[in-house]
Amino acid sequence: MEKSPNQITEDLLRPLSRTSTKFYVAVALLGAVVVAAFAAFGYQAYSGIGVSGLRRPVFWGFYITNFVFWIGISHAGTLISAILRLANATWRRPVTRCAEVITVFALSIGAMFPIIHLGRPWLAFWLIPYASERQIWPNFRSPLVWDFFAINTYLIGSVAFLTLPIIPDWALVRDKASGWRKRVYGILSLGWRGTPKQWSRLETAMHIMAIAIIPVAVSVHTIVSWDFAMAPVPMWHSTIFGPYFVAGAIFSGIAALIIAMACLRKFLHLEDYLKPVHFDNLGKLLLMMSLLWFYFVFAERLTVWYGNDPSEMAVFWTTQQGAYAPLFWTMVFCNFLLPFPILAIKRLRTITGTVIASIGVVAGMWLERFLIIVPSLSHKYMPYNWGTYRPTWVEITIMAGTFAGMALLYVLFSKAVPIISIWELKLGLQKKSGVRSQETRERRELTAGLEQKLET
Amino acid sequence: MDPKIQNPKSKMQWAMVVDLDRCTGCEACVVACHAENNIPTVGEEQATIGRAMHWMRVERYYEGEFPDVRVKFQPVFCQQCDAAPCEPVCPTYASYHTTEGLNGQVYNRCIGTRYCANACPYNVRFFNFYNPVWEKPLHLQLNPDVSVREVGVMEKCTFCVQRIKAAEIAAKAEKRELKDGDVQPACAQSCPPKALVFGDLNDPKSEVSRLAGSNRATRLLEELGTKPSVIYLRRESWNDGKES
Repeated sequence: MEKSPNQITEDLLRPLSRTSTKFYVAVALLGAVVVAAFAAFGYQAYSGIGVSGLRRPVFWGFYITNFVFWIGISHAGTLISAILRLANATWRRPVTRCAEVITVFALSIGAMFPIIHLGRPWLAFWLIPYASERQIWPNFRSPLVWDFFAINTYLIGSVAFLTLPIIPDWALVRDKASGWRKRVYGILSLGWRGTPKQWSRLETAMHIMAIAIIPVAVSVHTIVSWDFAMAPVPMWHSTIFGPYFVAGAIFSGIAALIIAMACLRKFLHLEDYLKPVHFDNLGKLLLMMSLLWFYFVFAERLTVWYGNDPSEMAVFWTTQQGAYAPLFWTMVFCNFLLPFPILAIKRLRTITGTVIASIGVVAGMWLERFLIIVPSLSHKYMPYNWGTYRPTWVEITIMAGTFAGMALLYVLFSKAVPIISIWELKLGLQKKSGVRSQETRERRELTAGLEQKLET
Repeated sequence: MDPKIQNPKSKMQWAMVVDLDRCTGCEACVVACHAENNIPTVGEEQATIGRAMHWMRVERYYEGEFPDVRVKFQPVFCQQCDAAPCEPVCPTYASYHTTEGLNGQVYNRCIGTRYCANACPYNVRFFNFYNPVWEKPLHLQLNPDVSVREVGVMEKCTFCVQRIKAAEIAAKAEKRELKDGDVQPACAQSCPPKALVFGDLNDPKSEVSRLAGSNRATRLLEELGTKPSVIYLRRESWNDGKES
């Protein structure tokens, strides 16, 4: 049964006005973990990065693993949402915003890790090309400087991509709210009145952003992969890394989106909006990415094996059969053997099924990032220097803090913003019900009574 | 090996020749390097997990089965590559190429990304995981010509750049050119069997140029194209003069 526009407004604005005890408990628990992570980072900054498990020759460990992992998760929003928007897939409407917001938060979290992992984090600003009295610029040949620009571009772009479609919804909240809420949402809605001109400009801006954000997203994870591929380290120095990382990023991004949607559906009672069909469609996308991921890993491994370069084979065998083999085969299980049958069989591609597959994929993709970084560094060229790596409680606490932080930001966001785009949903509803009035008139109706209010 | 080892781009091309036939693995060079360059000792616990800082180390490789075992010693330190993988990856130019063909490391400019250490195929870069400590009265023996590094910065063999600079200043004061043998890094100076020889490869008459012409000359991981400035003379005393 279709919902009426008023019913939609009421359902989707409910989380903003009514707060349960569960919300406060969740915020307190997640907040505690985040505070612990900040304390751990403070301890590390005060004592020296020696409190982490990093050592020679494994100079990059959990921090860079988490960096790549979170930047990967951030590909959920932009790519999925932008592609679905451009392809005009009508089922996208309830999905896009929860995807786009993952991007902004995962990217912010991911971007913290290069700073957390610095030996002297208080000097991170030296990557900014500012005019200093010493006339020293950053080294533009360094992939880390490319990272700096790529991530900032992506962050600005994805914030714009997220906020543009929120503006009409914020205006709706402003009109319904009173007191301080009205003032806050009044500022956020940037003077939105729902005039035809505003609608047409919003549409144009959203279209431009949807097109522009795709190459930005692809370039970001390519550049992240180049942090590795540009160094002459066995099994890093590979041309496959760019597309391999982008595919892996989209893969883990879709999985994160499915998990987030399932949580929203359960906790905010959005059963009528996030329907099995959405999980089914995203499950099919996840299935395709799982196959693509397997193809990339297979292609990478096979060419290395046939190349038979001694330094690369040292890394190859330690992951296939050696100390890292348990992690490697767990990764293959989580990323392919587990999700493939679940997602390929229609009967299993239910909400529970896709969520199980997604949890596997998120864990597997985290392991993939770890297995790209650590085995190569610990088995670099001359065997005399081979080493190992073990994280300490500091790294584990900070990592736990980022997962809690992601959940916390998501919970807070869904309190402040309708997590499903109300106006887009209504627009879809009207188009479907065949109200064949002029597009602009349709939209004016959506911001029901707004202009009248302004006139009086 | 590549016969064109002179470097026309720079005035000097400082280089070290390591004669593996002469090295006895006594590690006097390691001690001398620690003393000269104010390299901290990190203690047993930290050294066990791999945080020991030896700019100069003697790698041991074993060949054969017991009791017929032979040990090969290989002193390894920064190879001062001409095409150094550590240099382009540093986002702040802390790692850069000097006009004398050295890989400079500006401690004050280092923010500690540790990317250079990952890119280095020789693993000769060392990181200050903690602030270094010298228990009293050991702080009195610090070399005043070398800066002490703080927590969070990368460091490595400099070819004793402070000695190179001192020799250059002395030669300039005496209004003469620097001559072969004026500069002696601490490791070369303290090597009892004289397995380490230091000099300018751009000077065709120098001792290093002469030794670099040996048919035993080779460079470490040369196939990576890093163009190292350290030349190893292959160990042949085991083979009774036969090519291995």
